[in-house]
Amino acid sequence: MQNMEALPYFPGCTLKQRAAGFDRSARDVFSALGSPLAELPGWNCCGATFPLTVENLLDLTGPARILVSARAEGTRLAVACAACYNVLRRTNHLLRTDAEKREKVCLFIESEYDGDLEVVHILELLHREIGCGHVRQALRRPLEGLRVAAYYGCLLLRPAAEVGFDDPESPVLLDELLAAAGAAPVSYPHRGECCGGYLAVRSEEAALEASKRVLMAISAAGAEVVVTSCPLCQYNLDRRQAAIARQEAGFRPVPVLYFTQLLGLALGADGAGYRLDEHHVDPRPLLKERGLVEG
Amino acid sequence: MKVTLLPEGLRPALQQRVEEASGQNVLACYQCGKCSAGCPVAGVMDLLPNQVIRLVQLGLVEEALTSQTIWYCAACLTCAARCPKGVDLPRVMEALRELAMERSGDHLPPDRLPAEALAEWPQQAVIGGFRKYTW
Repeated sequence: MQNMEALPYFPGCTLKQRAAGFDRSARDVFSALGSPLAELPGWNCCGATFPLTVENLLDLTGPARILVSARAEGTRLAVACAACYNVLRRTNHLLRTDAEKREKVCLFIESEYDGDLEVVHILELLHREIGCGHVRQALRRPLEGLRVAAYYGCLLLRPAAEVGFDDPESPVLLDELLAAAGAAPVSYPHRGECCGGYLAVRSEEAALEASKRVLMAISAAGAEVVVTSCPLCQYNLDRRQAAIARQEAGFRPVPVLYFTQLLGLALGADGAGYRLDEHHVDPRPLLKERGLVEG
Repeated sequence: MKVTLLPEGLRPALQQRVEEASGQNVLACYQCGKCSAGCPVAGVMDLLPNQVIRLVQLGLVEEALTSQTIWYCAACLTCAARCPKGVDLPRVMEALRELAMERSGDHLPPDRLPAEALAEWPQQAVIGGFRKYTW
């Protein structure tokens, strides 16, 4: 899949704001591998969560409008944010399989749509299409045994029948991609469990309960860095470490990056626009020590 | 004495509403507790997830609506993935949240969110919160 036409790409609102380093590094990775991403024109917010009640069709109109725009650009839409991916993929599945709801939603947004679009996550594209072999060949700064904890979270895995492209209980794609970049992914439990999601908006205690379990496992496994593909996972796992360090004497803070930040640097990007200074646990000392960013 | 059992009498109106809104058959649950065993935020809940669905099964929906648990569910779908009876419990939780807010209004009015947190949270958290805690 080299030097192909630019792939339609949906960044989503968080990647334009707090997670701008994810957007920039995702573009870097695909450009370095010869398949640049082309931002979807005129996109809107996906709604961040998929509506779970049967008659809540209004919350489907935002993502449906995105799918309609994407279909005008091609037959596939690449998504980086795990939440946007989950919402768009589930909405597409519903519109494809439920004719009655499709008709209602399409009438409301005054558009035609037949569900003939494939929503794909960039991890799937990198692993299954571009391929680990191509990533390996394109490396400029191999990760040289870096002990990485690949964190998948909820939104890439569940519900498996609608969104899953990996084993929902024992996912491997992110580990394999990082291994192709020279890293040594660590084995640890809770890699597919919830970080606490948006619960922090209402209760820090609840968000801490969820992210602490994951982080304690990562710390115990001896990881030097955690990678994720969700801005909310990045935030929860990064932000809660100060509180965990106060509670647990043996806890060793570990930086949390987007997987594309690490991969982008390994593929030779200079890290400009990665906003590494905005992370709560500073990843720069580790990245400098490993020769991935300039000292 | 003639005793007549009618389905309407056995299935309280609020229970039916929860089932219709969620699209789930709550009586399918046989209380194995797997949802609660795997729930990542069970530790801060006042009722365990399986206790919430038990209340709905018994027609005690009012009690379920006053539980804090319905607001602690982050819809991570771990329970739904593992339920041996195929019950999508996060859908039941969302139906209960909607019912609670239909009566009492926003659970977390946006104007009560602290400005410093709004500057720090990822946009995705704020929008997700609005979707789950406002009516």
